[in-house]
Amino acid sequence: MSVMTIVKAINNALDIKLNEDRSVVIYGEDVGVEGGVFRVTEGLQKKYGVERVFDSPLAESGIVGTALGMAVSGLRPIVELQFDGFTYPAFNQIASNVSRMQNRSRGKYTVPMVIRFPYGGGVNALEHHSDSPEALFAHLPGLKVVIPSTPHDAKGLMISAIESEDPVIFMEPKRIYRAIKQEVTDDKFSIPLGKAKVIQEGTDVTLVAFGAMIRESQKAIEMAKEAGISVELIDLRSIYPIDRQTIGESVRKTGRMIIVAEAHESFSVGSELIAIANEEAFLHLEAPPRRVMGYDTVVPLAQGEKYYIISPERIFYEIEKTVNF
Amino acid sequence: MIQDDLPAIFRDFNPLEDRMLRVIDDEGNVINKELFPELDDDSIIDAYKQMYYERTADEMAISYQRQGRMYTFTPNLGQEAIHIAAGMNIRKEDWLVPAFREMGTLLSKGVTMKEMFLFYLGNEHGGSFKNVSKTLPIAISIGTQLHHATGIGYSIKYQKKNEAVFTFIGDGGTSEGDFSEALNFAGVWQVPIIFTIQNNQYAISVPVKSQTKSVNLAVKSVAFGIPGIKVDGNDFFAMYLAYKTASEYALSGKGPMLIEAYTYRLGAHTTSDDPSKYRKKEEEEEWALVDPLLRLERYMKKMDIWNIDKEKLRDEYKQEIDAQFVSAEKEKAYKIDDIFDYMYTDMPEDFKRQKGAYEQFLSWKENRK
Repeated sequence: MSVMTIVKAINNALDIKLNEDRSVVIYGEDVGVEGGVFRVTEGLQKKYGVERVFDSPLAESGIVGTALGMAVSGLRPIVELQFDGFTYPAFNQIASNVSRMQNRSRGKYTVPMVIRFPYGGGVNALEHHSDSPEALFAHLPGLKVVIPSTPHDAKGLMISAIESEDPVIFMEPKRIYRAIKQEVTDDKFSIPLGKAKVIQEGTDVTLVAFGAMIRESQKAIEMAKEAGISVELIDLRSIYPIDRQTIGESVRKTGRMIIVAEAHESFSVGSELIAIANEEAFLHLEAPPRRVMGYDTVVPLAQGEKYYIISPERIFYEIEKTVNF
Repeated sequence: MIQDDLPAIFRDFNPLEDRMLRVIDDEGNVINKELFPELDDDSIIDAYKQMYYERTADEMAISYQRQGRMYTFTPNLGQEAIHIAAGMNIRKEDWLVPAFREMGTLLSKGVTMKEMFLFYLGNEHGGSFKNVSKTLPIAISIGTQLHHATGIGYSIKYQKKNEAVFTFIGDGGTSEGDFSEALNFAGVWQVPIIFTIQNNQYAISVPVKSQTKSVNLAVKSVAFGIPGIKVDGNDFFAMYLAYKTASEYALSGKGPMLIEAYTYRLGAHTTSDDPSKYRKKEEEEEWALVDPLLRLERYMKKMDIWNIDKEKLRDEYKQEIDAQFVSAEKEKAYKIDDIFDYMYTDMPEDFKRQKGAYEQFLSWKENRK
């Protein structure tokens, strides 16, 4: 066991896979000598050489498109895109090819590749450095979308993502990259994709969150506890495939649901979760499902971010409103 | 920029000087004897037959589409010399990453007309080319395929294999960001790729002069540190020489090359396109005089190696191609499973739910009768 942050846990997962599988290669902007702007790939180039961990030209479409070529010809590339907002230049490759090549080739080619990038706000960053684009990718047929919230999950989900024959979008909550420390085994283990995790059982309301919003939700749950409200907390972990069963079971039990996420509210993962609650638990609902999510605006720069960022108080406020509906 | 070990033709036909590699002229006379590729008479006859097969298949495909028996088709008319010259140089162990107007090269790699027809009949099973190894499906999203080729090139180099990648793009595609990005990545990585720009003068209706201010398209290689050459795409021998040279260069580990094949799309962009809206009849007629099949025929006649009865050959090909089309028409019915089965290696629960809902609807519909 070692004490790990999310950064360290992902680094450890990459290290394990690089070590055991020569078909694994890692590249992107600054991932080599520098070890990534957040140091997720630190030390890996030194350990595995420039052929396997390397800096590529600065072109996201090229990074993703070439990775698809590698994936269909025997490698398992893991590419880093530097920030959430820098995934957009790669969108054509992801939407037009990465997600479709297996279907287009009728399974002749699988696309075992991972596209990883830091996402989310709350770090006083420049524009294009605070977005939460999970819905954009989850909407595309052919992709798996994963978001961890703890070091343990980050490691286990990353191992699964690398071993997946399907392409995986792996979104890393930059706000809590180093904020959570946890004992994680040094051995290899994996967490299946597509399975949510009930972090805490409760009876009055189901809170569904993921990534950095788990920690904010846990703080809100403490406030709710003092107010005598029992909250069930589900960490979605996989955005797609989405764990409809776990969501349905929980909402049938509590009769209420709140989604906490940083992304824009409309046409979001929150919207999808409300559809699931309606389809799976309609007759059990005692209050309208609520979304505590970002506005349908651009994520503001540092000065305006306080209005946009979801605080534990705001989550608690919505919990209370929903329970008292 | 010009490397010492660069093959002579890449030095002699420097795209910066807008020179174009030609081996025979429009009349079929050899104008560059010292450049004439090593090809025996049988290979030349075989090349003509392959080009003629592609031409015949094209004409039949257009006719099936006109009869309402097939959907949109992208004719190759006029670009056969490029396709067959590439096809004769691509080995089984080399990769083919096509755009969508390289039918002859696909056929050389082992794809059948039945598969091509099945694809244009709207069935993914045709377009997967699943019986032919190291061949990606047709790429409709302009330019994106060059990155796939470059990534495959990296795999080849990483796995220390002796393979090359042949990839294609059109003149319009050179305006896409992915074109420049891919040449840049391939240059930095020094991977074994032969990039071909089929410059057939038009991207649907838009002429090359509206795509770029560059003196030609081969010159775009210069900034990326890649050797490039402009070749007469209607001259089979020039194309053959270019591919032979480029694949030897790639296989010897020296890196990528860019070939601009200067040609003309004699037909429409697709069967939904009407070229009379954007180009003059005289222009089409002028280019028809230098049709690559005619030029090769003229050469063969001058050299007295012409032994082809075109009428007879055409009948033979038509019969064979029609049998393949009929077989594609009779392919087993497309099942609902075909929609869902290939999206993921393990089918998501949502797929099962969605498919189940449709099947329930079907049984409701059945009971309603």
